[in-house]
Amino acid sequence: MTYLPRCIVLLLGLLANLACADGRLLATGGASSIEGAAGGGITPWAVLSGYGERGEWGADVFATRVETGDYRLDVAGVGVAFDNRVELSYARQRFDLGNLARGLNLPENSLSQDIFGLKVRLFGDLIYDQLPQVSLGIQHKRQKDFLIPSLVGAQRSEDTEGYLTASRLILGGAFGYNLLLNGGIRYSRANELGLLGFGGDRRDRHSVLKEGSVAVLFNPRWALGVEYREKPDNLSFAGESDWADLFLGYFPNKNLAVVLAYARLGEIATLDHQDGVYLSVQGSF
Amino acid sequence: MRSVLLAMVLTLAACAQQPPKNDSLYRELGEQAGITRIVEGMLLNIAADPRIVRHFENIDIERLRDKLVEQICVEAGGPCTYTGDSMEESHKGQNLTPSDFNALVENLQEAMSAQNVPMPAQNRLLARLAPMRAQVIDR
Repeated sequence: MTYLPRCIVLLLGLLANLACADGRLLATGGASSIEGAAGGGITPWAVLSGYGERGEWGADVFATRVETGDYRLDVAGVGVAFDNRVELSYARQRFDLGNLARGLNLPENSLSQDIFGLKVRLFGDLIYDQLPQVSLGIQHKRQKDFLIPSLVGAQRSEDTEGYLTASRLILGGAFGYNLLLNGGIRYSRANELGLLGFGGDRRDRHSVLKEGSVAVLFNPRWALGVEYREKPDNLSFAGESDWADLFLGYFPNKNLAVVLAYARLGEIATLDHQDGVYLSVQGSF
Repeated sequence: MRSVLLAMVLTLAACAQQPPKNDSLYRELGEQAGITRIVEGMLLNIAADPRIVRHFENIDIERLRDKLVEQICVEAGGPCTYTGDSMEESHKGQNLTPSDFNALVENLQEAMSAQNVPMPAQNRLLARLAPMRAQVIDR
């Protein structure tokens, strides 16, 4: 019986050590992207979840809502990183079809998917080394309500995609303020992130897609930036638009991040002009 | 008239060869007095920082302060000479980690903010110091 309390003490000690892993600078853990990987909002960055540096753990949990009027996307997830090297993440997305489901009398009123992510920092550093931080990621996605996607031409409910992304913080790079640059390419055939399945009647191969973001940090706690993400166009029933947003990030300390954005999502499943508000709250450990 | 012209030409030539040192960052940091306050603030922050305070035990803190003031003065373009050891030499045997380095950066940032150093000036100084990380960690 004395074994159990000792275990608990050890476990608490371990957790306390985990919680103290804050070796990276404020805001360099990023927020959580809508697919769970550390980053901006609609694109991942090369940085890893939490604030762990070499030999340390980092982790985050997040919840995000995007509201366009016709649709609503809710995401929740977690990310864990070790050694500022490897990140594992999980996100659950639920896309509420709202007006479309009511208008067309659809058999389901929401689409959900699970996203399992792995990201590895290959080389470089966000701030210090000669080279920018470059990371390679893969995401395995499982669409869970495949009836509607299959009816509009999606070919499969599960798929894996990869991305390569580079991030650099340039000290004083924007008229004296710090400038964050991110650029990446993605190899994917996901329709609307995968919420409408993978591959389509028009095109069933992976596409090479560009994405990136630029942000200015007015001080270590506030960031203002823009993001862009190219998307494929695999389904013939409706066009799929590239996405963009303008975001304001607030990092009051190493345990909290809040991102508010105005997102331009274009045409989604026949409904055009899907502009809306994006709000994400993240806790880091 | 000719000698004035000659003097002007010589002055211009001298300027072209040796541009006047840009000391704008030195002035933004508050010159000698301001830099001293920043360094002392940083050392006080470190003294209260359990992450790295152990690396500053058993050293001559006044000497450290003086050398840091010299170094920041030089990096900021001020009229100083750095008389301390090289970065590699002064951190030898300490096995400092990237986390230790970042902790010091945070203590410096706090000290600069406490002295109301404008953010662009803070970033300029950090940009001068950031390349030194490779000479500081893992020694």
